[in-house]
Amino acid sequence: MELTKSKKKRKGGIANYSKYGQMFAIPFIIGFLLFQLYPIIYTITLSFTDLAGWETELNFVGFKNYIHILHNDHFLRALKNTWIIWGMNFIPQLLVALILAKWFTDNAVKIKGEGMFKAIFYLPNIITAASLAILFNSLFGFPHGPINQILIHFDVLQEPFEFFRSKPGTRIIVAFIQFWRWYGSTFIILCAGIMGINPSLFEAAKIDGASDWKIFTNITLPLLKPITLYILITSLVGGMQMFDIPFLLTGGGPDYAVETGMIYVYNQAFTGNRNFFMSATASVVLLLIIMVFSALIYYVMNKDKRKVSR
Amino acid sequence: MKNRKFIKKAIKYFVSIILFILSVIPFWILAVNATRSTEQIQQGFSMIPSHFISFNYEVLTGRGFGFYRGFANSMFISTSFTLVVLYFSAMTAYALVVYEFKGKKVLFSIIAFVLMVPAQLSLIGFYKMMLNAGLTDSYIPLILPGLASPATVFFMRQYLLSSFPITLVQAARIDGATELSIFHKIGLPLMKPGLATMGIFTFVGSWNNLIVPLMLISTEDKYTLPMLVQLLKADIYRTEYGSIYLGVAMTILPLVLVYAAFSKFIIAGVALGGVKE
Repeated sequence: MELTKSKKKRKGGIANYSKYGQMFAIPFIIGFLLFQLYPIIYTITLSFTDLAGWETELNFVGFKNYIHILHNDHFLRALKNTWIIWGMNFIPQLLVALILAKWFTDNAVKIKGEGMFKAIFYLPNIITAASLAILFNSLFGFPHGPINQILIHFDVLQEPFEFFRSKPGTRIIVAFIQFWRWYGSTFIILCAGIMGINPSLFEAAKIDGASDWKIFTNITLPLLKPITLYILITSLVGGMQMFDIPFLLTGGGPDYAVETGMIYVYNQAFTGNRNFFMSATASVVLLLIIMVFSALIYYVMNKDKRKVSR
Repeated sequence: MKNRKFIKKAIKYFVSIILFILSVIPFWILAVNATRSTEQIQQGFSMIPSHFISFNYEVLTGRGFGFYRGFANSMFISTSFTLVVLYFSAMTAYALVVYEFKGKKVLFSIIAFVLMVPAQLSLIGFYKMMLNAGLTDSYIPLILPGLASPATVFFMRQYLLSSFPITLVQAARIDGATELSIFHKIGLPLMKPGLATMGIFTFVGSWNNLIVPLMLISTEDKYTLPMLVQLLKADIYRTEYGSIYLGVAMTILPLVLVYAAFSKFIIAGVALGGVKE
């Protein structure tokens, strides 16, 4: 007791001001408790109840909702859709972004108008997803949408194709829009990552006679791992919450082909019986999936890193 | 050797130009079709604008597409939200860098942790909470959560740590300035460049947000622009292709203009986001 008191006295200057530090942080803390912590806890709580419709009283039902949802074909289908669409978008997105980043950072073969290309590749990312969904709904329209008109004009198709009646067709369109919106962002981040690598590493490898491809796979890629990890996790977190594009493009159809986890969450709470308990349970399951896979990716990537450094 | 280099270059340009066209062409078709009549759009594809834009506009607004109202609503929400985020995030980051206080470490750990928690997944709890508080159909739940923006605090903290001269604060104290006025007169102005970067991403994020206002807002007069866009799918516009394209074009135009003005700045910000980690 004595000791801490005297310590405080000696540190006097700082202790005097410490209350300001706390005061300045209070609005953040209130906002955090009220709008982030409480809603999460409340969502988790609701997942253990039977709250639905306009009821205000809730009964706790234990793990019933979790047991129910893990046997619910509708929800499992939504999860499957989310993963399929995310994978169909993320794999090509990362590949294209990596190739572009390699090209745009290669000093031997410079591309003119680099800044302009970057700006245009990123453009779709900043545009409202809701507007893009309606736009692509019109572009792929049947029978008079521009895509159908172009494909018929060039004899790719004999007659108009009803894209939004085809399950694979609609999934490909959603994955394509996601790819189209995000590859520019991934590309810019990877460029920044490559430019952050010490240039003497590349020079040394070149002097040793390493080929372009060897330098890319043995130096660039391993050193890009932390940034790729960041891209992978942010993309996964975003992908598992995909909502705007499939929701406004077709509402999740045809035959639920693009009904994602988040659309399921929304529909459970805001249509039909307003099953908040199912909606909350689905949210928590999605949250757990994100947490488990993020940790897994992090663990796998870091395990590799340890091996390399050894 | 020279030949190989030429082929390499040709491939790079070819792919880049294809992707360039891919990025631009949907918007080009959108702009062109916004000026064409429904008959023209049905008859065939064209890259050349027509002259039906005012006709399409009449149809669009005549059937209840309240663009200006939606624009004003979105503007109000996004501006207020961004100001709240910037002011209080700067304040929190300033507290974390300038002061030593009890609980500082805990606070920073919370910020770093919450950074990874996907916000959308607590929306059901958030919605029920607002319903209980009688705050649905109000803009308060769209603006006040800006009080706690962990990503902005995190970024601003890094920014301050790398560039903020604490000695300025000490000098101001000797001059007898209060702590709050030191924050306003020295802290905030020095944070401006960092705040500008976070500000534009916060604004665009809020502007484009669909699901939160979709859950909360029910009166059509209060609709935000992204919510308004979904009306274009309604039956009243079913065959009015020209008007649908025009409606979408109008909602996209403000962002295209903002992007045209700030693209360099925005791309620098995107690059920063990845390097930070």
